[in-house]
Amino acid sequence: MGPLVVNEIISPETNLFFAFIIGIAFGFVLEINGFSSSRRLAGMFYGYDTTVLKVFFTAAIVGMIGLLFLSLFGMLDLSLIYINPTFLWSAIGGGVIMGAGFILGGYCPGTSFTAASIGKLDALAFIGGLFIGVFIFAEGYPLWEGFYKSKDLGYPLLNNLIGTSRGMMTFLMIVVALAMFWIGEWAEKKFARDDYKINQH
Amino acid sequence: MTKDNKPKKYMNPYIGGVLLGLVLVFAFWVSGRGLGASGAPKSLIVAGVEAIAPAHATTAPFYKEYGSAKENPLKAWLVFQMMGVLVGGFISGAFAGRLKFKVEKSPKITNKTRLIFAVIGGILFGFGAQLGRGCTSGSALTGMAVLSVGGFVTMAAIFGTAFGLAYFARKLWI
Repeated sequence: MGPLVVNEIISPETNLFFAFIIGIAFGFVLEINGFSSSRRLAGMFYGYDTTVLKVFFTAAIVGMIGLLFLSLFGMLDLSLIYINPTFLWSAIGGGVIMGAGFILGGYCPGTSFTAASIGKLDALAFIGGLFIGVFIFAEGYPLWEGFYKSKDLGYPLLNNLIGTSRGMMTFLMIVVALAMFWIGEWAEKKFARDDYKINQH
Repeated sequence: MTKDNKPKKYMNPYIGGVLLGLVLVFAFWVSGRGLGASGAPKSLIVAGVEAIAPAHATTAPFYKEYGSAKENPLKAWLVFQMMGVLVGGFISGAFAGRLKFKVEKSPKITNKTRLIFAVIGGILFGFGAQLGRGCTSGSALTGMAVLSVGGFVTMAAIFGTAFGLAYFARKLWI
């Protein structure tokens, strides 16, 4: 049955309509969890607010489990969904540059749009920077095209790399996530701040 | 304390995470793809360059490779999704009484400092998301959900670097 657009149950135009609806849900969930606050997002890296870790890893494991169940019930063909390609060097290089951008700018692209939607001016500045960054990448493309396309590993999955099933890999990730949640809860007590009230804004 | 003027609390993060995960799974079920963000600015840049400097867009390698001669780049899934994000964020903010123009920052720095670093951070994130083929949403979260090795690598690189640099950037936040 799924993915609906790939199996031509819905048209490409309807798919774009659903993209808009999915975006509304995405933006709503990000905002209601406080991802529209740069101090909350940055709090992750100082331990005073680890909401990012909790929401992010809960979402990732719910995503893994959800895909497994839909596949099990025959509602989604996992061979038809988009798998991110792995170009090892640019995945690391891009990630390092993004990490620097995160701690200096206080947002990532999705959260900056969410924050801008409720009037955060620092998010608007961040979005301006995003466009400049994309433009620099596009204009200077020949300079880093080699690096961008190096170490192409295709579409490897973590469970295949480790040599286990998709289900076992998901179970292991749940265990890892639970351990991280425990660390997050501990950190919020240890690094609590007087000038920052968690969960309220 | 009046109930009306006080901004509401945020959602419990674990419930929030479950909801975000369900949105992600729904996107896969409908569209065969996960959530993203940084693809939308890219589409706008490509469309903008094609409109303003069409000659340049036909010769410069990036636009030749990623610009679409066949279809309008703005008719992209992520462009529609990001328009939705603006609407969804606004709705949540309106219900919670959080709609307000402000610069959020540590009390120790000026608005100007905060805005300068926000632009610098945006430039780095915009560039890095192109190099890494996706940002925290498209590469890290969505990539991890499908168990892509690249997703886990990007996630580790983003969060590892941010933790590593946190000490040097502390005045911006604490």
